[in-house]
Amino acid sequence: MNLTLKVWRQKDGRSKGKLVDYEAKDVSEDMSFLEMLDVVNEGLIARGEDPIAFDSDCREGICGTCSMVINGKAHGGQYGTTVCQLHMRHFHDGETITIEPWRAKSFPILKDLITDRSAFDRIIQAGGFVSVNTGGAPDANSIPVPKDAADAAMDAAACIGCGACVAACKNASAMLFVSAKVSQLALLPQGQPERERRVLNMVKTMDEAGFGACTVTGSCEAVCPKNISLDFIARMNREYGKAILKNSCHAGGA
Amino acid sequence: MKLDSKIPSGPLAQKWDAHRFAMKLVNPANKRKYDVIVVGTGLAGASAAASMAELGYNVKAFCYQDSARRAHSIAAQGGINAAKNYQNDGDSIYRLFYDTIKGGDFRAREANVYRLAQVSVNIIDQCAAQGVPFAREYGGLLSNRSFGGAQVSRTFYARGQTGQQLLLGAYQALSRQISKGAVKMFPRTEMLDLVVVDGHARGIIVRNMVTGEVSAHAADAVVLATGGYGNVFYLSTNARGCNVTASWRAYKKGAAIANPCYTQIHPTCIPVSGDHQSKLTLMSESLRNDGRVWVSKKKGDKRAVRDIPEEDRDYYLERKYPSFGNLAPRDISSRAAKEVCDEGRGVGATGLGVYLDFADAIKRIGESQVRERYGNLFDMYEKITGENAYQQPMRIYPAVHYTMGGTWVDYNLMSTIPGLFVLGEANFSDHGANRLGASALMQGLADGYFVLPYTIGDYFATAKQPKVQTDNPEFKKAVNGIVDLTKKLLSIQGKRTVNSFHKELGALMWEKCGMARNEKSLQELLRQIPVLREEFWKNVKVSGEGNDLNQDLEHAGRVADFLEFGELLAMDALHRRESCGGHFRTEFQTDDGEAKRDDANFSYVAAWEYAGQGKAPILNKEPLVYEEVHMSTRSYK
Repeated sequence: MNLTLKVWRQKDGRSKGKLVDYEAKDVSEDMSFLEMLDVVNEGLIARGEDPIAFDSDCREGICGTCSMVINGKAHGGQYGTTVCQLHMRHFHDGETITIEPWRAKSFPILKDLITDRSAFDRIIQAGGFVSVNTGGAPDANSIPVPKDAADAAMDAAACIGCGACVAACKNASAMLFVSAKVSQLALLPQGQPERERRVLNMVKTMDEAGFGACTVTGSCEAVCPKNISLDFIARMNREYGKAILKNSCHAGGA
Repeated sequence: MKLDSKIPSGPLAQKWDAHRFAMKLVNPANKRKYDVIVVGTGLAGASAAASMAELGYNVKAFCYQDSARRAHSIAAQGGINAAKNYQNDGDSIYRLFYDTIKGGDFRAREANVYRLAQVSVNIIDQCAAQGVPFAREYGGLLSNRSFGGAQVSRTFYARGQTGQQLLLGAYQALSRQISKGAVKMFPRTEMLDLVVVDGHARGIIVRNMVTGEVSAHAADAVVLATGGYGNVFYLSTNARGCNVTASWRAYKKGAAIANPCYTQIHPTCIPVSGDHQSKLTLMSESLRNDGRVWVSKKKGDKRAVRDIPEEDRDYYLERKYPSFGNLAPRDISSRAAKEVCDEGRGVGATGLGVYLDFADAIKRIGESQVRERYGNLFDMYEKITGENAYQQPMRIYPAVHYTMGGTWVDYNLMSTIPGLFVLGEANFSDHGANRLGASALMQGLADGYFVLPYTIGDYFATAKQPKVQTDNPEFKKAVNGIVDLTKKLLSIQGKRTVNSFHKELGALMWEKCGMARNEKSLQELLRQIPVLREEFWKNVKVSGEGNDLNQDLEHAGRVADFLEFGELLAMDALHRRESCGGHFRTEFQTDDGEAKRDDANFSYVAAWEYAGQGKAPILNKEPLVYEEVHMSTRSYK
């Protein structure tokens, strides 16, 4: 098939960007979307033009590196699929495809389709962990975890940190990402000792990074390649509320 | 070069304990005086950086990805082995040790493997404490599955995303140390050279992949945890960015590379669909617990699956290896698949594929159970192929997956350059000529959490090197070298793209040094690689400039190194006139087509030493001495 691409080109963070048209010819339906872009780039390099910069690494849907908005939808809108696993059999001959980077103030554009998502790392650094040093752990079977809790924690832990939730949200909210980590650790006995300070610190860092508020439209869940559920946002709100109340009680009212 | 493995004396089971006591310590107040550089933030790098920071060392960690969480360990699916014997099925440290040595076809170092089996139990405890959501039984205890090359269930897992969960555990431990200021993290930063001062590794030269800035970093020790070199084959299950550059540039500074010809071809990957293919996708080996591998008994059988009656199906793994069946080790399963395809019995449009069939499993345990166990893998298969594997068998074919060879290290994980430590897939030490499933995660975390944090202290306490700053002339020289190399790559402006060279190299490597090799194919390869390399340096076209984000330039530097490294791999494969594990020389096989080892002549580690540009590398041999196990012919029949 032959396609017309409208691709966001931007030299760097300081420059202005614009959509530029490219032709993609003889595209096979067995190609992944990124392989189609690889072929376009080979053509650009051969003609002496700058290839389209885009992030990708594992190309099997797990590293969370690839990140682009296709026809207005983060990762292209295929259910539970990262763009690296989106295949060209879902497109048709003659189609015009618009390709843009994640758009969010907290994810500044570095070049073309590549953004800086380090705000997510800072949120994890604020508390997305269990404070155990190497070496002191008890036998793994000494703390039983009910299967339901372990399964629910795994549902949350499946998040790949790609940022599609932020890109899809009209407020560029990071609540789905943050709630996934908060929920995973709140569901497990290992996460209990730091449960309250974790959610407070992570939410504070999320707000400081400039992510917007959640109005529960569910656009994040709709594009999430790992089908992380909106229920986790509800869980985080509950965790946050409990932590605020408890903390204000301890402090004698705030 | 003298290779001293530094294997402690004494009985095998007591070596590590005795060594831990014998090693010198750095007292807690002095640890903050030592700076350590860690390159790579996969399981080995992240766990090492976090653990050393917890101890009090100053750590700088570097990765080429935009976040430490994205290192390629994340893609490991199936699980992690540990000798917990939670299933009461006869497992023990000794059994895990023996299975690993045997699985490696008696080409691994005994003492290292025993230590690996010993610390495996601590890894599971550590990860559970971090909140890794391992699979559990209804009683709340941990669940296990079985894996290739073992007859016990010792594999711990988190659905089909075990690598992801273990890596996130290590990444979170690392994040905690970053927040405390104990680790300074440099993402989107690529190591381009190692700096050696007075014979000791003292720092690295890196390029900021966003601004193009080349800078120097000094330390008291350098740790490489930079993964394997599978992408020398272009198509592999590795991430696109995986490369050999850090190891190769350290090699040129004196860090010998051992056994590069030991490459693992994984039997269960999705077959190649066309010339555009950019990578291959693994379907976890755990699928072989319930899937049955077969092809038609007839050559060129074009019938649809449902039209091939049971009596015309050849379940060749079950037929040839009745006691291990579909769970035969990776090297054996891969070669068996190649054999039936070479006979013209392969499936799919290209004839390069075999069926992995779940029809019997669905009959036995129901579709919902199969979905529970492997749902994400079936989904992934459907995304890539457009086929529903609940209704028709998967098509699979072997692909390059893991590299057992790597930088030579001693028992302390130190390379032939003092102060340069190498962990995880990047070193050579634990898997011999073939790695068993679910053992890569185990080794990465063993090295990072439980070995290096001890042995690096002994190095600091005994080496006693003076502090070095980046104004040292060696750093200036190295920075200039990298700046010049970048200029040179950008100035060629030839007619061929970087990717076309990488693809051509990969195709040559796969054809002549892939699942099967022989003297003729390797000698051809050794003639072809230098020709291709010469063309690269005359005719490559690298777009853009050096002072910004330039993915083509990054790729060019990596391909330049693969074009040199591939030659070393082929030389090693040519010199090893035997078949063992993942290294199969067609001249050396038994009558029924199994690998034929030559213990009398090749029971050694081949450590290649750089001898200078344009000179043949020097072969150094570390004899493999087996004190505990008897070297036998591997049989899975």
